[in-house]
Amino acid sequence: MTGLLAVSLHFLVNGDFWINVGVLATTYGIFALGIQLNVGTTGIVNFGQAGFMAVGSYAMGILVVRYEVSFWWAMLLGIPVAIAAALLVGLPSLRLRYDYFAISTLAFSEIVRYLADNWDGLTGGNLGLFGYTDTWTDASARIDAWLEKIGIGQRFLLPLLVVNLALLLLLTALVALLVRSPWGRVLNAIREDEDAARALGKNTFAYKLQSLSVAAALAAIGGYMLAINISILSPQNFDPILTAYGFVIVILGGLGSYLGVIVGSFFLIFMLEATRYVELPLSDARVAAVRFMIVGAVLMALVVFRPQGLFGKSEELALRAR
Amino acid sequence: MIARRRLLAILAALAAVAVVLAITDGLVELAQATVNGVIAGNYYALGAVGLTLIFGVLRLVNFAHGEFLTLGAYVMVLFSSFDLPLVLAVVLGVVAVAVFSVGLELAVWKPVRRRGVGELQLLLFALGLAFFMRNAIAFVAGPEDRQTGADVTTAWHLGEVIVGRTELIVTVLGIIVIVLIAVALKATSLGKQARALSDSIQLAETTGIDTDRIVAITWAVSGGLAGLAGIFYALPAGTVTPNLGYSLILSIFAAVVVGGIGNAYGALAGGMLIGLTQEWATLVIEPSVKVAVGFAMLILVLLVRPEGLFGAARTVDR
Repeated sequence: MTGLLAVSLHFLVNGDFWINVGVLATTYGIFALGIQLNVGTTGIVNFGQAGFMAVGSYAMGILVVRYEVSFWWAMLLGIPVAIAAALLVGLPSLRLRYDYFAISTLAFSEIVRYLADNWDGLTGGNLGLFGYTDTWTDASARIDAWLEKIGIGQRFLLPLLVVNLALLLLLTALVALLVRSPWGRVLNAIREDEDAARALGKNTFAYKLQSLSVAAALAAIGGYMLAINISILSPQNFDPILTAYGFVIVILGGLGSYLGVIVGSFFLIFMLEATRYVELPLSDARVAAVRFMIVGAVLMALVVFRPQGLFGKSEELALRAR
Repeated sequence: MIARRRLLAILAALAAVAVVLAITDGLVELAQATVNGVIAGNYYALGAVGLTLIFGVLRLVNFAHGEFLTLGAYVMVLFSSFDLPLVLAVVLGVVAVAVFSVGLELAVWKPVRRRGVGELQLLLFALGLAFFMRNAIAFVAGPEDRQTGADVTTAWHLGEVIVGRTELIVTVLGIIVIVLIAVALKATSLGKQARALSDSIQLAETTGIDTDRIVAITWAVSGGLAGLAGIFYALPAGTVTPNLGYSLILSIFAAVVVGGIGNAYGALAGGMLIGLTQEWATLVIEPSVKVAVGFAMLILVLLVRPEGLFGAARTVDR
């Protein structure tokens, strides 16, 4: 009994486990920041965040692999591409009621996945797109040399974690500041009462479009982290289940809370990764199914029983939908 | 009157596209694509009508609707593996999903609504339920494809156009069911009550309609038709996978939106329209991206006429 327990909990003292959790949690954290800005702050139900992530990371990968653009420039250019996608989706559908908008963003996300799957010449299709990581490998080695000086070198993915963590903290602070700015106060007003905001002379449509664009840019940055981590981009990496992860993170951390996004993403990814170490007498496919069932069940339970999230205040209880 | 004129305009547009395609791609190719489009439109329409009815009655976008299709197909496969006649297995599959759907209403949806949860919460709940159900089915059934046991090799040649025997049977049956639903909505008291409910639930209640009963029946119809759609998709395909419903749900959403969300007749017509558009599109573009054409159509309709091609403008508050 104790033997079994010791084996099953051993991963907790394994540094690589925590590095992996950190890399994934920071990736999903930045991805979910966009959902928080849209849903928690602006009140627009973006179900297409996985699609924006796909557009951003594929744009980067394609520019590097097919057009030999430098890795850093490609990352810089991927962001406007993702924003262009946000405008493409937002312009026709942001005027619609929240449920129509949710459906059209989800449809967009699936169009992107179908295109990535079938446009072989550009995206590599099912076989995936690879060969964009060389520049990162060099950069990673330089960071590793630096980490060596403080005694924590030679750990796979640790350089990525360091960069990801810095970016997550920076971007979270940036978005939180934006939300407190006059621009962010308009977004909040739109969530509270769009008609009132419009009556005060605010072009609420433009603000909602900007909110969606910022979310798409964040999704693109999260997409780069994912792309570096997995080193082969393939369409199945951008299943809409990612968007569901994002919503779980946002609601776990509390709607409208930006610190909550960081906490929520680490909490969710820790839970998901820890379940990998539970020894079940099941095939890999069934274990994967159980993990997704858990995500679905957690999302259902959260919205019904604890919509304010694990750490949210009770006065933030109402999930507002426009 | 306006609705009829619009319908004529849509039919005229379809005919114009058909003429262009017949000239550019040939009559045989067009006829084959049209037959394929009607076959697909059939299960899109059956799936769409249930989804739109539930939206009409409960204002719920049931993202888990696709999983009802999958469930129906798997129950059918299960019963036919007991060596039951295929027809009986199909009926049992439909009944099972109808019962499951009502059970879900009583055990889950009703208590959730009683808690007074908001619209966004319901939307997210449905999304969570969709992922839960899809993976629960995958967990129980396993990842490998299941054979339906239907005949998928016999094909009939109508001139140069080829139709599978099973395809033809399910399509004819499907169209009969679609007509029956349309008649039931129009003429039966139940259909009228359901339509009254989708206009205004409070108003329906004050006129003495037993809303709980109508809601339960709507779930049964919605679930049963979804089960039938899944089965009608699976039989000619010959195999069932846990992703069956998921691979169709966005085309079904497109059918619902094109038909005007909440509009049952619109969903039937929208299903056929999406089926035709996707198959006609294969004459012009790569067949594997035909699904994206349905989504593109969804976004296009939202752009120019968000209340749907057949709906009245009041169904959308902007």
